Amino acid sequence: MVDRRDGARPPAGSLVNDPRARAIAVQLLLIAAVVAVGWSFVQNARVNLEARGIATGFGFFEQTAGFGITQSLIEYSETSSYGRAFLVGLLNTMLVSGIGVVLATVLGFAVGIARLSSNFLLARIAGAYVELVRNLPLLFQIFFWYIAVLGTLPGPRQSLSFFGIAYLNNRGVILPEPNFAEGAGLVGIVLLAGVALSIAVHIWARRRQAATGKLFPRGRLALILILGFPLVAFFATGAPISFGYPELRGFNFVGGFRVIPEFAALLVALVTYTAGFIAEIVRAGILAVARGQTEAAYSLGLRPGPTLRLVVVPQALRVIVPPLTSQYLNLTKNSSLAAGIGYPDFFYVFAGTTLNQTGQAIEIIAITMAVYLVISLVTSGLMNWYNRRKALVER
Amino acid sequence: MTTAPTAFVRREFAPALPPPLATAGWLGFLREHLFSGFLNITMTVFSLALIALLLPPMIRFLFIDAVWEGSDREACLATSGACWPFVRAKFGQFVYGFYPAAERWRPNLVYALGAILLVPLLVPAAPLKRLNAILFFAVYPVVAFVLLTGGDLDLRVFLLGRIPRWDALSGPGAILGLRLSFWIDYLISALLLITLAVGIARLLGAEARGIALAALAIFVLFDIVLLAVDLNFGLAPVETRLWGGLLITLVVAVTGIVVSLPLGILLALGRRSEMPFVRFCSVIFIEFWRGVPLITVLYFASYMLPLFLPTGISFDGLLRVLVGVTLFAAAYMAEVVRGGLQAIPKGQYEGAMAVGLGYWQTMGLIILPQALTLVIPGIVNTFIGLFKDTTLVLIVAIFDFLGQLRAAFTDPNWATPVTLYTGFAFAGMVYFVFCYGMSRYSLFLERRGAIGKLR
Repeated sequence: MVDRRDGARPPAGSLVNDPRARAIAVQLLLIAAVVAVGWSFVQNARVNLEARGIATGFGFFEQTAGFGITQSLIEYSETSSYGRAFLVGLLNTMLVSGIGVVLATVLGFAVGIARLSSNFLLARIAGAYVELVRNLPLLFQIFFWYIAVLGTLPGPRQSLSFFGIAYLNNRGVILPEPNFAEGAGLVGIVLLAGVALSIAVHIWARRRQAATGKLFPRGRLALILILGFPLVAFFATGAPISFGYPELRGFNFVGGFRVIPEFAALLVALVTYTAGFIAEIVRAGILAVARGQTEAAYSLGLRPGPTLRLVVVPQALRVIVPPLTSQYLNLTKNSSLAAGIGYPDFFYVFAGTTLNQTGQAIEIIAITMAVYLVISLVTSGLMNWYNRRKALVER
Repeated sequence: MTTAPTAFVRREFAPALPPPLATAGWLGFLREHLFSGFLNITMTVFSLALIALLLPPMIRFLFIDAVWEGSDREACLATSGACWPFVRAKFGQFVYGFYPAAERWRPNLVYALGAILLVPLLVPAAPLKRLNAILFFAVYPVVAFVLLTGGDLDLRVFLLGRIPRWDALSGPGAILGLRLSFWIDYLISALLLITLAVGIARLLGAEARGIALAALAIFVLFDIVLLAVDLNFGLAPVETRLWGGLLITLVVAVTGIVVSLPLGILLALGRRSEMPFVRFCSVIFIEFWRGVPLITVLYFASYMLPLFLPTGISFDGLLRVLVGVTLFAAAYMAEVVRGGLQAIPKGQYEGAMAVGLGYWQTMGLIILPQALTLVIPGIVNTFIGLFKDTTLVLIVAIFDFLGQLRAAFTDPNWATPVTLYTGFAFAGMVYFVFCYGMSRYSLFLERRGAIGKLR
């Protein structure tokens, strides 16, 4: 920016016209202002909290929460503490954002590629989808799914059935529940080992390809490792994993695994909304790869598949990843809109119910903001690390 | 031996053949873009199936089966189409909230003024851009404030008013809603502060005249704004909790953009400043607001901010939300503006320095005009995001358009199976028109900018 190279002594003049003196004065004023505002905030807060009889400190984490939560991944009851409720909410946020990120990426890539398709109709449909979801407020879409779609479904007795395996009604989605018998652990271990081995092979194959140019059929090997061996293990141990199908008894379903409608509505809205943005990012990324790259690959004798995989996609990813990161972050932050429909995510449980009950606005909102900040920083840190690895190495 | 002259030289060009039917015209288009191969045909069939599945029911719902006339739920009970009388009955609530019916000319006037000022601002060919911008960004907010709230703020204390028994000194009288004690207070305070500024300037040996004039100008401008909001125009006061619907949506969005733009510019300049503490503060501010969801910001403004203010100062609920939204939008705006600043080549800074411009002159006359023009599409995109985000205010119990929609669903007079779908269809169309319009505009500007660069 502005360079002040004071080669010669500036002519003697007023201090007002000396840039260095000005800079110091401005910063001193700013420091004074920040300190004054901070101090007055602290003073006012002390007076106000006393006047309203609000407790301070973080002792409330130990107290009994006394409210129920409709979905929790860990054990939780009304007698659990606020700290436990905090954890339940955080896990619920992680759950919806984790699943949401994966699904939004898949849908977003599919729509983005469809938008570039040579098929006129498909490209137009993908374009219409992107314009529609990007130009409607997310909260509107969440309400739409929650109130107009899931809210108007029939009751359990008239559930929409999907081949008798899964059911959809106004109390949510009921899915088959996996039951693990003895030996299931072994299948799991084989699966994990397969995944680990595939990754190792993948890394080795890449190194070898970079050094010698020889390709290795790592996709097929990974298929065998991740799918084949666990299947063999599954049947060898006598099929230890079975599914408990939901059954309608009386007025409700017995068995099966129920996904609450709030979760379903939030997830669908987040995924479809974010996918619209990801689709645009993917489209821009693919368009950013110069046509000459594809042509050069063809003239070297690469076929369309390897061209896409080895030439186009790696270059497109470089353009795609940074904005993709911010979409992942947006999705995580947007999951706080759960408060609008009452999905017990971190915000709803902590900044909603806990704040209501304890009234400790300062501590709770500060913690809420800090948690989202940490999530943001960790995600963007991870993605920056990935991005640095994929970035073009320039001399 | 001679042969008959069989050589033939064509004297004119052969007529051009029409392009082969299979590659040109609509048939060629169909072949190329819909039926070029197995995969393509599959995609076409899939697309056609999707359209057939979605489009006819939508058209049937919106137009063919829709009910257009009626006064209550009876009209819509039998239909499976949209219940448009519901929207007509609730239209006032959607647009004005509970703004008193007799006073609705005021929001209407604000809407009209906004449109009159905004349209020429958006059309690149329209003249008088500077005047127009000043009117829209500086005068219009004050006028809108007075019209919507009724003005007549009853200002009491400026600076000297804190002195005990100040009121007694000048009498408690008020003319036209102006309290004498406040205005005498303002006048004396202004004079004192100007004198102080001049004194400091003298002490440091700077030219006092310019500083005095600048201080005077600031006080006069401030004075005009205060006068406008303090005068009693005879408008009935309307509390903000009566506002609602699209009015809230637009007030929040427009305030957000009008205030966040200058704030964002300042933050962006701060982030690129050479002064370490200024840079540090800007970075912290920007990254903090960008790292948290808007809803936590709204909670912060609604529940935490009041605790930080002196007792006795009670903030209006809407004002709190406006503060939150503005701070949030300013952080995003700052990043957009920073992008523009970074795109300006160093030669521009050096050129400005070479002709002897100071920091603010360089920025105001050389850098910002170029940088801001570059990032207008980004600014519009931020505005689209802000417009969509206004819906979040309903979580802190302020009923914007979406909030009024939800409230309208609970009305038993209109409880029909199709009410929900009708409401969502209508609200969706309204939001879509606003956002899509803005995004088209930003695209138009982008294309226009691109043409300029090509030349």
